[in-house]
Amino acid sequence: MTAVPNLANTLSRSRFFNGAAEWFLQYILKPIGQILLFAVIAGGSISLLALAVGFVLQTDWHGIDILRVPARINLFEQVVRQLPNMLLDGITIGFVYAVIALGYTMVYGVLKFINFAHSEIFMMGAVVGYEVMIRLRDGQLLSNLSPLVVIILMISAAMVICGSVAVIVERVAYKPLRGAPRLVPLISAIGVSFFLTDFVRGFQALSRNIFNMPYPTDLVPFFNTRITFAEGVSTTNTTLIIIVSAIIMLVGLNYFVNATKIGKGIRAVSQDQATASLMGINVNLMITITFMVGGALGGAAGVLYGLKTTNVTPYIGFIPGLKAFTAAVLGGIGNITGAMLGGLLLGMLEAFFSALLPYFPALGLGYSDIFAFAVLILVLLFRPTGLLGKKVDEKV
Amino acid sequence: MATQSLLQERLPQLNWRDALPTIFAILYVLIVFTLLRNLNRADLWFPTYSSILFPLFVFSPFIIFALKIPLALRVVLVAIIGLVLMPILGMQDSFYLELITQIAIFAAMAIGLNVVVGFAGLLDLGYVAFFAVGAYLWGIFTSNANTIVRISGAQAAPELFWLFLFLGVIAAAITGILLGLPVLRLRGDYLAIVTLGFGEIIRILVSNLSNISSNRRNPINITNGAQGLPGIVSPPLPDFMFQTVESLTNSLGLPVNNVRAFTYQLFYYGLVLIVCALAALIAARLDNSPIGRAWTAIREDEVAAQAMGVPKVKMKLLAFALGASFAGAMGVIFAARNTFVSPESFSFIQSIFILAIVIVGGMGSIPGVILGAAIVTLLNLQVLKNFSLQINALRNIDWVVPIIDFPIRNWPQQLEPARYERFVFGLLLIIMMIFRPSGILPAKRRQLELQAERAEEISEKELTADVAEIKPEDLLGEPAAIGEAKDAEVATAADGAEDVPADRLPTFKSEDLPDEPKEKP
Repeated sequence: MTAVPNLANTLSRSRFFNGAAEWFLQYILKPIGQILLFAVIAGGSISLLALAVGFVLQTDWHGIDILRVPARINLFEQVVRQLPNMLLDGITIGFVYAVIALGYTMVYGVLKFINFAHSEIFMMGAVVGYEVMIRLRDGQLLSNLSPLVVIILMISAAMVICGSVAVIVERVAYKPLRGAPRLVPLISAIGVSFFLTDFVRGFQALSRNIFNMPYPTDLVPFFNTRITFAEGVSTTNTTLIIIVSAIIMLVGLNYFVNATKIGKGIRAVSQDQATASLMGINVNLMITITFMVGGALGGAAGVLYGLKTTNVTPYIGFIPGLKAFTAAVLGGIGNITGAMLGGLLLGMLEAFFSALLPYFPALGLGYSDIFAFAVLILVLLFRPTGLLGKKVDEKV
Repeated sequence: MATQSLLQERLPQLNWRDALPTIFAILYVLIVFTLLRNLNRADLWFPTYSSILFPLFVFSPFIIFALKIPLALRVVLVAIIGLVLMPILGMQDSFYLELITQIAIFAAMAIGLNVVVGFAGLLDLGYVAFFAVGAYLWGIFTSNANTIVRISGAQAAPELFWLFLFLGVIAAAITGILLGLPVLRLRGDYLAIVTLGFGEIIRILVSNLSNISSNRRNPINITNGAQGLPGIVSPPLPDFMFQTVESLTNSLGLPVNNVRAFTYQLFYYGLVLIVCALAALIAARLDNSPIGRAWTAIREDEVAAQAMGVPKVKMKLLAFALGASFAGAMGVIFAARNTFVSPESFSFIQSIFILAIVIVGGMGSIPGVILGAAIVTLLNLQVLKNFSLQINALRNIDWVVPIIDFPIRNWPQQLEPARYERFVFGLLLIIMMIFRPSGILPAKRRQLELQAERAEEISEKELTADVAEIKPEDLLGEPAAIGEAKDAEVATAADGAEDVPADRLPTFKSEDLPDEPKEKP
């Protein structure tokens, strides 16, 4: 990662480039390079893992029955054939997890508290995206508007609403509990999570009398147009939209946290609340902004998730929320860069398991959700600070 | 002894006013019971009446314990309520018996979770996993589903229920230790998330272990997957029990349709009450023991506790194992009583349900947790359901709410209170955390610290009378023992007479203590 700042230094020193170029390199190119590097690291390691597993298990392995693949299937060939699509899938869902994980990690960084209700904020984002789409459809606008405008409308509506909900939740359920023992706000957050689930369910039951909220993506042909990269390797425009918007959000957050005055304030509060307030930083305001930004990102991630799965229910928040939390822990909780790496790695792992598990008759797709919990437990056992986290000594 | 003379001095002061609470309690129980007995199912307002009166009846033991009634009388009254009035209500309407059994099941589990969360301060969000271990242990071995156990003919005889009850405790305790070992280093919120993950892993495992063989045509089925295990058997009961129940119901003029089923209901009611009482007793005794103090120390400050020589690993594992074992026992009973288990019964919301019980009642407080179990279970299984029933009943007759003139048929059908339990429990958790984080009946330890000064004064006065008989050498010999004795005194004085075992009060009853410590002898 040292190459990019060096490049920035070299370029900024030459007289053809002024401050704008330096700014561009520092806050746009460097983070994008970082994200791409993470994607390559995650993709590369999972590819190696998949190939290794495919190679080892193509023959009966030490007679372990549950790892036996039916004789007519050559697992290695299958892995090679599926690898590109698996990587694309992994990157897409990985970016969604990364964006959700940012919400967990920012709040944890500032308040040292797991915002359990973040998964429900994410779910609300998906529901808001659905509402916007349905309203556009009812106004005959969905097929007339440019797909990009539709996406921007959906994401911005979700960001505004989810950011506000996150702030309200913080004011009502967490702020009165500041300074209480650590378990108290966590239990309150669990309460908020349950409350919001049924709140959305009741709201949709009353207004539309529905539980499932299928995105009407079939009305916009652009979403389902396939792009073919190579033979057998193709994806829809939706995948590209998800990846691009996630990258924009990650870069935007990076800029916000590292380059703006508010971002500096947030970083100061996360380092030491008391000292930050002595330096004239409004701690409460910074916490509110953290929740707002985290909630907005969660809402946007909800829209992206809805576009990917095309069906949303009030109960979708729980599992992706847990996986995103796992991603945050994997990358090192409290660390924004770590959350990106963790999200991408976890998305890749999920794609890996979804691609390979169906080949094993004794296992099957039903187990694919176990891996996230297994990763969580393993990370906490062997590297509780995560991949990019710093070791923090216990204060007495 | 001086204390006896002290007691005799106070005896003449007893007058008719002291009998008032007892009379009130008896009247209360009798009125509620009579009203409940006379409810008519055909009545339009039956759901409302029953969901007001039955909770009032269930809370009567708590009212009795809150009032100033001599301990022996309390025990007798509660025994009458539990062993006489409740079965009579059950004969009238077996749903009441069902409800109270559920309350006791959840109470026992909440006592177990209370050991982990309330005593040791380890937030466990996957507690229902241990319940699942117990339930599936009995389920796999006796279900009539085509599991590997049935195919290989290794099914357990119904008589082995008692053995399996014991095995369930052990299996759950072992699972608790297995969970505890890797997560020992984690604290607080990390631990909560990992236990949540563990609970989910157990649920995913039981819903997928319907085939572990690579040959699809010859599957090895362990848990029957998402379909669950049907046809789980109950332990056989001796014939005389059925006959006794039949003759009893007939002589009371309340014949039940199915004597066999009713006898089993009564049997499970008794069984869960016994297990629940046992769990409460074990937890209460542990809380007042060195182990309980070690747990408190770990809960309050882990680093300091370790520095003081508290064996952290051992104590945490013990808390996990003990908490899990209560759930394991209840799991076996649940499977036998329900005759069916499926992964659905062990989802995350169940863990939160039990956590809500502990939170509402009061973390670390055993009477609180039992009260919490009553409140939360009744809210979930009776009040919300009856509310729905009532709305539907009123909708059928096109009833209009007076004063606000709201026709009940305009109440949206999608808003059935019984289906929004997450909403209610979520709100309950938030409100409890904000306004009363220590629960309805908070644990005594906090109060004890605050009242320690007053209590010491009292115990000093107690001791001054006996001090002539104690030689100074004795005092110097065992400083620890004196500390213990003082602690015990403090506990008795601060607790009032509520949950202090009778053997703690050798020479005087604590309700005979003066309320105002200032009057010196």
